[in-house]
Amino acid sequence: MASKIPRPVIPTLIAVLALGGWEWFVRAGHVNDVLVPAPSHILNWFWEALLSGELLSATWVTMRRLVIGFAIGAALGVPLGALCARVRWVRDTLGVLALGLQTLPSVCWVPLALLWFGIREEAVLFVVVMGTIWAVVIAVQESVLNVQPLYLRAAQTMGSNGWHLWSRVIFPAALPGVLSGMKQGWAFAWRSLMAAEIFVVIVTGFGLGSLLNAGRELLRMDQVMGVMAVVMLVGLLADLVFFSPIERWLRRSRGLER
Amino acid sequence: MSSPSDKAANLPALTLRNVTKRFEGAAGKVTALEDITLDVREGEFLAVVGPSGCGKSTLLSLLAGLEHTNEGQIRLGDQEVVAPGRDRLVMFQQDALFPWLNALENVMFGLRLKPDLTDAERLESARYYLNLVGLGDKEKARPHELSGGMRQRVALARSLAPNPRVLLMDEPFSALDALTREQLYGDIQEIFTKRKKTIVLVTHNIREAVCLGDRVVLFSPNPGRVQQVFDVNLPRPRRMNDPALATLAAEVTEALSSHLAK
Repeated sequence: MASKIPRPVIPTLIAVLALGGWEWFVRAGHVNDVLVPAPSHILNWFWEALLSGELLSATWVTMRRLVIGFAIGAALGVPLGALCARVRWVRDTLGVLALGLQTLPSVCWVPLALLWFGIREEAVLFVVVMGTIWAVVIAVQESVLNVQPLYLRAAQTMGSNGWHLWSRVIFPAALPGVLSGMKQGWAFAWRSLMAAEIFVVIVTGFGLGSLLNAGRELLRMDQVMGVMAVVMLVGLLADLVFFSPIERWLRRSRGLER
Repeated sequence: MSSPSDKAANLPALTLRNVTKRFEGAAGKVTALEDITLDVREGEFLAVVGPSGCGKSTLLSLLAGLEHTNEGQIRLGDQEVVAPGRDRLVMFQQDALFPWLNALENVMFGLRLKPDLTDAERLESARYYLNLVGLGDKEKARPHELSGGMRQRVALARSLAPNPRVLLMDEPFSALDALTREQLYGDIQEIFTKRKKTIVLVTHNIREAVCLGDRVVLFSPNPGRVQQVFDVNLPRPRRMNDPALATLAAEVTEALSSHLAK
């Protein structure tokens, strides 16, 4: 009997019940609706912010920072990671440093960034770059070191070496690992950007983090929770429409996954 | 019949003179190969056989130029072997095909590194060799879409296509099932007879060595030395279950076990 019900039905039902219960709980006055807004209020804020263009422009500002910061971090991280893999003393210095810095939450860079760059766009970008780069360096280093020696031997006997060996063998072989490093770097960048935007009021652009913080100052918890939902959604979408399809395609084309 | 009498065929292609190779291991120095002197004639199929630890894979790495000798010298023609080169291509133990390239692109890999060819010539040559190994219809297939036997066929085409002077085979059949192996023995012999390539095969399978080799060189372990050389004067194509072949294989096995018993 139970197997006849399509799989999405039960989770949907539970979600509707939970949201309905939440709505009723707030409307019945069991909690202060300034502190805990009802789902309908959050939806209402979302709709208004969408129509006024406020939400879209904040999302745009944030995404722009994220993409630029991530691109710089990845563009620096890939060659540095390759260098770590190639040269032992670089690995023993920069590689170890990267390992340490990766464990440092990148919001810790905010005070330095503000001193170095001032309350400017560059400060936010710097924090995002610091969030991305170390994860990418480590992933590239590890995946290059883990390339099957057999591939290298085969390529070398066929006359491949130097740049040809790197571009045609080592990098393609390391690509799945590099990609998952980038995915991780992206996740770190996203977290660090939110932290930076909430902590620092950047005059050069009003992003999602700033919008969230403004909600707190205005005591508008519908706005705070609404922005939280949007932040979650953007993170999910980036994974769903960008990283996961590339990763799946890569793994499928090599027979690592069906 | 298996050792052609024309003069060119009797010139050595590869010459090894007093080759010794040692490795620094955790347990101190290990001598993998000691004082190996050996000629591989032009157009000869030489099979090197021996138990594990006899240094036969090391020998192949030395011939390929992937490792360096501690003493002695290896020459290909009048050139000393010091680095990998397109004149000596290797077919490896497992399939070392690149999983990010399809069958045709894998065969093209070595051809692209030959400077004096046009792209059209490269493509033509790659297709010719894929056809030669019977995989003309699989050029777009990725390695994981092919069976183990097909993958080793592509690997064979990849190492034949740049037309090396010597083909080095490092236990290329060891991971295959018996049936597929038998088929490949047939294919290799056909290609060998047709193309008159100089081939050095390294294997631990004595029957395989006798089936494929014009000469079988038996290595003994600890340290790796040449123990005995057998001429195989059986007509090609040879079949694994040929009684004459089995007799000779038994002789080689006997020589090996009598040495190991010492």
